[in-house]
Amino acid sequence: MTFEEIRTIMQRKTVGIAGAGGLGSNCAMALVRIGLGKLIIADFDVVSESNLNRQFYFRDQIGEKKIPALKTNLLRINPCLDFVGHDCCLVPDNIEEVFKGCDIIVEAFDRADQKAMLIETILTEFPDTPLVIGLGMAGVGLNDTIHCRQIDNMYICGDEVSEIGPDCPPIAPRVGIVSNMQANVVTEILLSCKL
Amino acid sequence: MNIVLNNNPETFEAERLSVNELLKAKNFTFKMLVIKINGNLVKKTDYDSAVVKDGDDVKVLHLISGG
Repeated sequence: MTFEEIRTIMQRKTVGIAGAGGLGSNCAMALVRIGLGKLIIADFDVVSESNLNRQFYFRDQIGEKKIPALKTNLLRINPCLDFVGHDCCLVPDNIEEVFKGCDIIVEAFDRADQKAMLIETILTEFPDTPLVIGLGMAGVGLNDTIHCRQIDNMYICGDEVSEIGPDCPPIAPRVGIVSNMQANVVTEILLSCKL
Repeated sequence: MNIVLNNNPETFEAERLSVNELLKAKNFTFKMLVIKINGNLVKKTDYDSAVVKDGDDVKVLHLISGG
């Protein structure tokens, strides 16, 4: 498939991303670069200095809310992107409203309990929508342990074992691999539908 | 009973186990999980009432922080 053919298909698609941090901002960037038509993304957080070691924000955006900051960055890549941002905390009561209409949903939260809540809610509200999960991306090296595995409609990207901590921080090289693997899985699924 | 757990065949003496009993039997101590039985999600609130029986295909996904 040529890039033009890929872009023509991607431009008709809608991707939802839960979280605009290390995984979400970078996954969004990769998808926007290849011509994604519509992005629905939610995050309540503010850009901080410690985010810059892995998240798709810039030093002059410190203090800004992530959703408008990410919108600025993504529109600089493709001004035609339909960016639907939700500066809010996702909870079971609003997830259905936020992500309805998505062809595929990406899980990009950082806390395990939030990941559990989101996955359970998506599997309940959108059982037929593919869900691409990011799980285990901390530290350095160990490239061979990062994989993508499928369980029914769920696609799990990461090493599934490395918990973040002070001596095992999430940082750009490895987080970037997992976030781009998520984007690669999204692309593969969307291109195979050919709707 | 014989089941498939995370794609591996497993045998248990009991004829049926609740999800919580299964987790205890397998020493799955992680607190944040996603569990499916035969392709159907089991919500956390149902871990005591949902039952695993002979022939079931069970998936237990351990969630960790990071992202």
